[in-house]
Amino acid sequence: MLRSDVPEVQDLFPVETKAHEPAIELKGSVFTLPVLCIRCSDLDAIDAQLAERLSKSPQFFENAPIVVDLEAVREAADPVDFGGFVHLMRARHLFPVGVQNGSPEQNEAAMAAGLAVLKGRAMKELPKAASWRKGGTAKTAKETASDSEPEDESATTTLPTPPAAIDPIRATPSNVTKVIHQPVRSGQRVIARGGDMIVLAAVNAGAEIIAEGNIHVYAPLRGRALAGVSGDTSARIFCYRMEAELLAIAGNYRVFEDNMPRDIRGKTVQVYLDGEQLIVEPLA
Amino acid sequence: MATIIVVTSGKGGVGKTTTSASVSTGLAKRGFKTAVIDFDVGLRNLDLIMGCERRVVYDFVNVIQSEASLKQALIRDKHCENLYILPASQTRDKDALTKEGVGQVLDQLRQDFDYIVCDSPAGIEQGAMMALYFADEAIIVTNPEVSSVRDSDRILGILQAKSQRAVNGSGRVKEHLLITRYSPRRVEAGEMLSVKDVQDLLGVPLIGVVPESESVLQASNSGVPVIHFDKSASGQAYDDVVSRFLGEQKPMRFLEPEKKSFIQRLFGT
Repeated sequence: MLRSDVPEVQDLFPVETKAHEPAIELKGSVFTLPVLCIRCSDLDAIDAQLAERLSKSPQFFENAPIVVDLEAVREAADPVDFGGFVHLMRARHLFPVGVQNGSPEQNEAAMAAGLAVLKGRAMKELPKAASWRKGGTAKTAKETASDSEPEDESATTTLPTPPAAIDPIRATPSNVTKVIHQPVRSGQRVIARGGDMIVLAAVNAGAEIIAEGNIHVYAPLRGRALAGVSGDTSARIFCYRMEAELLAIAGNYRVFEDNMPRDIRGKTVQVYLDGEQLIVEPLA
Repeated sequence: MATIIVVTSGKGGVGKTTTSASVSTGLAKRGFKTAVIDFDVGLRNLDLIMGCERRVVYDFVNVIQSEASLKQALIRDKHCENLYILPASQTRDKDALTKEGVGQVLDQLRQDFDYIVCDSPAGIEQGAMMALYFADEAIIVTNPEVSSVRDSDRILGILQAKSQRAVNGSGRVKEHLLITRYSPRRVEAGEMLSVKDVQDLLGVPLIGVVPESESVLQASNSGVPVIHFDKSASGQAYDDVVSRFLGEQKPMRFLEPEKKSFIQRLFGT
């Protein structure tokens, strides 16, 4: 299981290094990072759209490491002011960690501004209507990790970036699925960034599961489930036994107190958005 | 090498100390050298329930701060020769329990003992965190009511994320669910969650059900762990818990309301 599958709980026990243990250890690891594609070098325009984007889910990207994709501005005549760019990202509580697909000059400027140059593979233009959902080609994180960049020999020094794309205007979920095998218990919050979440154990009352894509729970769902949190209104929630406290898709939420309609209580249901209306519908 | 067992619950007043006292006594009665530690610094209770409050000279915090040796602080139980109690301090702050200090004391105890039972305080603060951090196994004490179940759920989550085993990735803490203060009659009347309800909500293997009983209160007041009361249902239930903990198969008892006798029925009492 990936380390990131451990539910995030406030860390009361920071790991300390003992004197007799080796001070460092070098390991390779694969991360899924949101990628911000910039389409112009006008910092004011970027900042304005970023603000709008972040206002929809302010906590979701809080202090998130971000990779900046330069594909669209690679041939642009205006140079990108990376110093200013980093500054505006930090001001929005985002941590730009590197760039990909830039021109040699842009890479040099990015490094001068403290950003790493990542050997990203050329971003394929994602199909307009996010065909990953229709095609049902969701892969597990493991598979995606293993088939991304098999040719990359220098994996220890660069961060391989699976094709996750966060566009400033519209979220495009990637194919990375987070699978949770343990119960999600009261007070725990599990987040699937950039993809779907599949939970194979109960989500108990007081727990929260959050995904940019769809959420599947093959056990009782008693806590809160929030799908499509970066604004994907086509995300859905599927659950085996509906006992949720709160359901939300793309910020449209519904709370359930003791008045849950009988036709959905304890039933296998799917949840989707119809306009701004959250529909909870029993599955046959 | 000793096994460290934490008795925890999140919520207060559910029977953690009663359970710690009876389980440690049960293990000692079966011949295992057992230590029971009170982690409730500032509000010690375990020594009262074990009936050794007048013999407390040094305590857990004294040992952690090297003001006394472990040998000086350990109190031998008056009923079982294999059982030792390490009492909590009533005058210190709970932050006196540091990870290094607790770890050192447990390492020392591990050399000599078979089982170390850690009686956790309520809540999820320092004392409770230290009680569960080093655990190999956990007994989650839950009352059949919603808030207790919710708090147990929270503690289970913390166990699997914040214990030493979870942090080091050296396996899971083995969990056991113990339902206490169970009243079959109130379950039948729909006033209380049933064993099945609690198990469905928590999804943890059941190690026992201790019925609500007056003998628990009597035992606490007289400073004798209820497991010594072998006529009482609670005492017998705790004895079953210890057997199951050691791997024996025992059917669950005390899940049905007691049948009223003919005379009782006649007089409608």
